Amino acid sequence: MRVLPFGDRAILAEYDTLAETMDAFSSLVAVRPRGVRELVPAARTVLARIDPALISLRAAEQWLSTTPSTHAASDMNASLIISVRYDGPDLAETAEILGMSAEELISRHSNAEWRCAFIGFAPGFAYLAGPTGLEVPRRATSRQSVPAGSVGLAGEFTGIYPRSSPGGWQLIGTTDAVLWDETREDPSTIAPGMTVRFEVQP
Amino acid sequence: MSTLVAVQAGPNTLVQDLGRPGLAHLGMGAAGAMDRAALALANRLVGNPSDAAVLEILFGNASFATDEDTWIAVTGAWGSVTAGGRAVQPHTATMLAAGETLLFGQAANGIRYYLAVRGGIETPLVLGSRSRDTLAGIGPDPLVDGEAIPIGVEPTTPIPPIDLVPVDAPTTGEVTLELRPGPRRDWFTDEAWQLLTSTDWTVSPRSDRSGIRIEGPALQRRNTGELPSEGMLPGAIQVSPDGAPTILAVDHPVTGGYPVIAVITDESLDALAQLRPGQPLRFRLATGR
Repeated sequence: MRVLPFGDRAILAEYDTLAETMDAFSSLVAVRPRGVRELVPAARTVLARIDPALISLRAAEQWLSTTPSTHAASDMNASLIISVRYDGPDLAETAEILGMSAEELISRHSNAEWRCAFIGFAPGFAYLAGPTGLEVPRRATSRQSVPAGSVGLAGEFTGIYPRSSPGGWQLIGTTDAVLWDETREDPSTIAPGMTVRFEVQP
Repeated sequence: MSTLVAVQAGPNTLVQDLGRPGLAHLGMGAAGAMDRAALALANRLVGNPSDAAVLEILFGNASFATDEDTWIAVTGAWGSVTAGGRAVQPHTATMLAAGETLLFGQAANGIRYYLAVRGGIETPLVLGSRSRDTLAGIGPDPLVDGEAIPIGVEPTTPIPPIDLVPVDAPTTGEVTLELRPGPRRDWFTDEAWQLLTSTDWTVSPRSDRSGIRIEGPALQRRNTGELPSEGMLPGAIQVSPDGAPTILAVDHPVTGGYPVIAVITDESLDALAQLRPGQPLRFRLATGR
């Protein structure tokens, strides 16, 4: 793990792997000092934004480097089941890229336990990390408009478009689940650290 | 409840407050007023709490009216501002009589006026803020001609008994921003780092609340690898693959995949709000820790 500078109000912790980053984030969130205003996880990093009136950059750096990283489940590791109709326009092509049948892809996707590594791209767009063997490249050309509720695969992640937007993920299904609602106190249905399972909706 | 009517809404007039920090891990940025000091001052002048919502008026060419006598204050950009034909001094609480027109001319210094009304703008709260986030599309849409927006109840605190707060107009000349090394400083050549702090940069017209693009020499990379997306903050100077820097502003994406060579200090951030297209810009390395 390395600590990198990020101006006068933040520092960036960098890890070697996604798994390490996810474990570190869960551990850091559980023992966050008051002066650390925000922790933003990403694929290999956790950004810590501080209030310099409450904590110094040096103290925050110390905290980031000495907090032990554990895989222990915390209360934020809540789990969620999302029903999916595996009817996406890229289902057949994605299965072909992976060298398996569409049925096998559906079975692997819906039998796996996925865990939210981070949220990015759009409010509530969770990057869910799961089993190996389902890694696919993004589409060569992005779609101008991907409908809300589209379930896709890209790289080592699966994700659901919370609302209609441009996008390049391989679309394998659709869900009616609402992923983002700004009228709720917790606007995002999925939060970093949560586990998600998909169930086949006929 | 009294209302403020945007008679002429202007090219881009937004409701802004201190934004909604603390949701970046859910993919939502803080947004909020670009010039936080101007927001705070405008609110203080009319006796509002510091987090009351105001209007952020880009460029001017806008006019407003209220249906009741209302105290107002204008901060941020400087230009010709009149109420019922009388000049409105910047940084001074002014009484706008019911039905009078408050007219903003084209800004001459800076580009974002802040208009506070006593009681604050009271459009509905979204996730604890009234701020328009132009990237996420959350919060009230830009005002349109004829739109009426609610003004809140007058606070119990009086109008502060000061005539005028001496704050200089935003400069139209060269602006110097302080910066510190960013997380990917070592992805760039030493020459690129030298260029960053020695070049006379120019503010690009392709700038908005998500980022200020600047024009100048290309900043060459030593490491041309792909960077996995990482967390971003306002003030981060991202460099795209062609070597062009962008200073992220309040409506930036919460994560980004372009390396950050340097980060503007918090104290320099408000100045981003008032940079005019074509304005010269320099960076200076901040000292101390």
